[in-house]
Amino acid sequence: MTQAVPPILSITPSRALVDEKFQVLVENLPPGCPVTLHSLHHSEDKDDWEAYGHYVSDHRGVVSVTEDLSFGGTYTGKEPMGLLWSMRPVPGSREGLRLRKINVCTPMLVNISVHSGHEDFRDRTPLASALAERWYMAPGVKRIDINKQGVQGTLFIPPGPGPFPTLLDMWGGGVGLLEYRSALLASRGYVSFSLDYLRSEHLSADVEFKYFETAFNIIRNHPQVIPDRVGILGISLGSTVAFNLTAYSTIIKPRCIVCISSNHYHPPGTTLKAGFKILSKHFHKAHFDENNYMSWRSFGLDLIADPSNNVEVGRINCPMLLVNGCDDQNWPTVETAEEVARLLREGGKEHLLSRLAYPGAGHLIEPPFSPHFRATKFIILNSKKKGQFLSLSHILTHTST
Amino acid sequence: MDRKQYCVKLSVQPSRGLMDEKFIVLIQNALPGSQLTIRALHQCEDGHSWEAFGHYTADTTGTINVSEDPSIGGTYSGVEQMGLLWSFRPIPGSKSGLRMRKKNIQTPMEVTISVYQGHQTEGFADLVPLSGVAVERWYMAPGVRRIPVTEGGLTAALFLPSGPGPFPGLLDLWGGGGQLVEYRAALLASHGFASMAIDYLTAKITMETGKMVDNQYFETAYRVLQQHPQVCGSKIAMIGLSFGTSITLKMAVYSEVIKLSAAVCISGSHVQPVDGSVEEILRFFQKNGEKTRFSEKNEVIWRDLLLPIPTDPSLKVNVGRLQCPLLLVVGEDDQNWPSQESALDIKEMMARAGNSHLLTVLSYPNAGHLIEPPYTPHARSSTLKTVEIEEKVMCLWGGQTVEHSRAQEDAWKKMVVFLRENLYGGRNPTSFSHL
Repeated sequence: MTQAVPPILSITPSRALVDEKFQVLVENLPPGCPVTLHSLHHSEDKDDWEAYGHYVSDHRGVVSVTEDLSFGGTYTGKEPMGLLWSMRPVPGSREGLRLRKINVCTPMLVNISVHSGHEDFRDRTPLASALAERWYMAPGVKRIDINKQGVQGTLFIPPGPGPFPTLLDMWGGGVGLLEYRSALLASRGYVSFSLDYLRSEHLSADVEFKYFETAFNIIRNHPQVIPDRVGILGISLGSTVAFNLTAYSTIIKPRCIVCISSNHYHPPGTTLKAGFKILSKHFHKAHFDENNYMSWRSFGLDLIADPSNNVEVGRINCPMLLVNGCDDQNWPTVETAEEVARLLREGGKEHLLSRLAYPGAGHLIEPPFSPHFRATKFIILNSKKKGQFLSLSHILTHTST
Repeated sequence: MDRKQYCVKLSVQPSRGLMDEKFIVLIQNALPGSQLTIRALHQCEDGHSWEAFGHYTADTTGTINVSEDPSIGGTYSGVEQMGLLWSFRPIPGSKSGLRMRKKNIQTPMEVTISVYQGHQTEGFADLVPLSGVAVERWYMAPGVRRIPVTEGGLTAALFLPSGPGPFPGLLDLWGGGGQLVEYRAALLASHGFASMAIDYLTAKITMETGKMVDNQYFETAYRVLQQHPQVCGSKIAMIGLSFGTSITLKMAVYSEVIKLSAAVCISGSHVQPVDGSVEEILRFFQKNGEKTRFSEKNEVIWRDLLLPIPTDPSLKVNVGRLQCPLLLVVGEDDQNWPSQESALDIKEMMARAGNSHLLTVLSYPNAGHLIEPPYTPHARSSTLKTVEIEEKVMCLWGGQTVEHSRAQEDAWKKMVVFLRENLYGGRNPTSFSHL
């Protein structure tokens, strides 16, 4: 009885953090053989996501995703991590899906397989496959639910004696509590607190402001935290909070702030939710693209044109890193960054500011190698993905000084 | 405490690796020129603690890279990328004769790696480290499945690689201590071989009936493996260590049922009564029991039991009739079996028979008997309870730690390449740069 011995597909490392690269190698193929590398992930929401690239094996019967070129699929060219970042919902899925891990204590499982041929590769069973685990939490990271003095969120503490530099991590509007960035930051040596700040309606802007100050102080006083090395990381609406707190608080002094897709629109005396309600009154002015996706960029520009609507960022006295996608269609974040730069320059504080701007990138700049979303159910319009690979390492360099 | 040293950054990449994967231990942000100790700590399943440590000096950028910089003291010295694992030894105060072996291979080995100020050699439990990370070392790659096997009276465990298959198969045998030892089979499955670890000395059937298994037991294991829908029945190899070598050679040469594509024999011998059952072979060894020697520490040395290598052909597996490639792995300081003398004799027999093109001998100076997967600690001696003797003895295995650890690393790499070439076709050379 002779059976054909199959090719060997290996993923190295097979267990990694989500911001780490891997090498996908196929060996023992016939030489010059057209094959398709296919990745498949079954999400927590029970949707299937996939990516694939078409390759040709060399004279030794080897395909190396790290070294070789993809000739088509969900990505082309030399893309070692293309099987992850170019993932999209499989044909026939519901619209507007977004891939985000809610349970960060378990890994994301990605099955990578090799199929013969290019067109119609799906019609054939795979020749070989292997499973990769992508983790948000490094071994030893502790996850702790916080519910103290009215403040709610999740705290992630790195392994080791500590104390550690720390980040207060805030996501944007329209989402629940997302922990994955904090988990990843803790895996890189930072205590990180994912603050839940949109769950309840605060009675007034003052009460809301105190919530943030209390949150900052709870973290600052934690035994595993270096008290004068606490920074704030915010994306979108979270960046508004970062600007607001840093500009006006007399109690807390962040060591530095990082604002991704910055937004400084915050009419004085309004809570965040109230501010959002004001925003929604302008939805009739929203621009809709050819796919009927909604963009707030243009009316956003009108709103921030009036400085009385905005946080006085010129008051900020700590180092700041602003990260933007130049193709952000959700909010005029590029203009916001320009305005922040101008205000700081006027106050002689330009040396505090660092900026990263990525052409072609959109609003949702997430940890590297995760799929980008052109449009998702709640919010935004996006374009390409390159931006997110680089910004995490920039953020970490910035916050460790 | 110096504020600057608060932020000494320690990282181990990958933080979750397979047992045979290398890692990079990196320290950054230390005071340039400062003296630091990097220490690994592991508590094994039976509760004993093991430690390894190296003494380093941070360079002018405040960096220490264990894969590039030398340790100038500790449990290992020199540039030793994996020294923090292979130089593990029981912490001071532990009982003697310990050996680190993982029983539950579905969970990882957990190691804590920490960095301490100064060059420390003891009292770590009372020191506060500057930084620490947790590292996992796995025997099973994601997607590898463990399937208990009881068919045909077997006590075995089959490890299947992830994927559709079919996969070449492997029968995995350990030595005289018995038990179902799974870790090597699990690791080999992580490299693409459907591997079946077999208990043949303390199998359930033996424990219940009091009788040793016969030759059919192994043939049953072969058949079960061969008939598995995800196994490539025409590509099956066998690997044995110590007494497992005796079985492997016997089956490779004499079995009408077992047709191996390759065999790997570690620290063993071809000396046995040809045509003997497991029981008869064990009795043959016991007959020579008076040749047992003892070291000054009263450790048992059994290597002489099979010496001198007999000239009588009825006492040696006729390796001249071997028809598959054979890889022999020998530790030249093996104090438990005369593996070096046996290897020489096997070489001679095969040269005379004209099949020596099938033979590869890997012989390692100063390596001992227990040549295990890489980066696992070396035990020069340990307590052992064999199926032949009731009480535990302190058995001398041999080997010097540094050379033995190199032998483990080198032999494993070569074994996996050997198995790949013989079981996966070998038409195209393969690369294992990640090993």
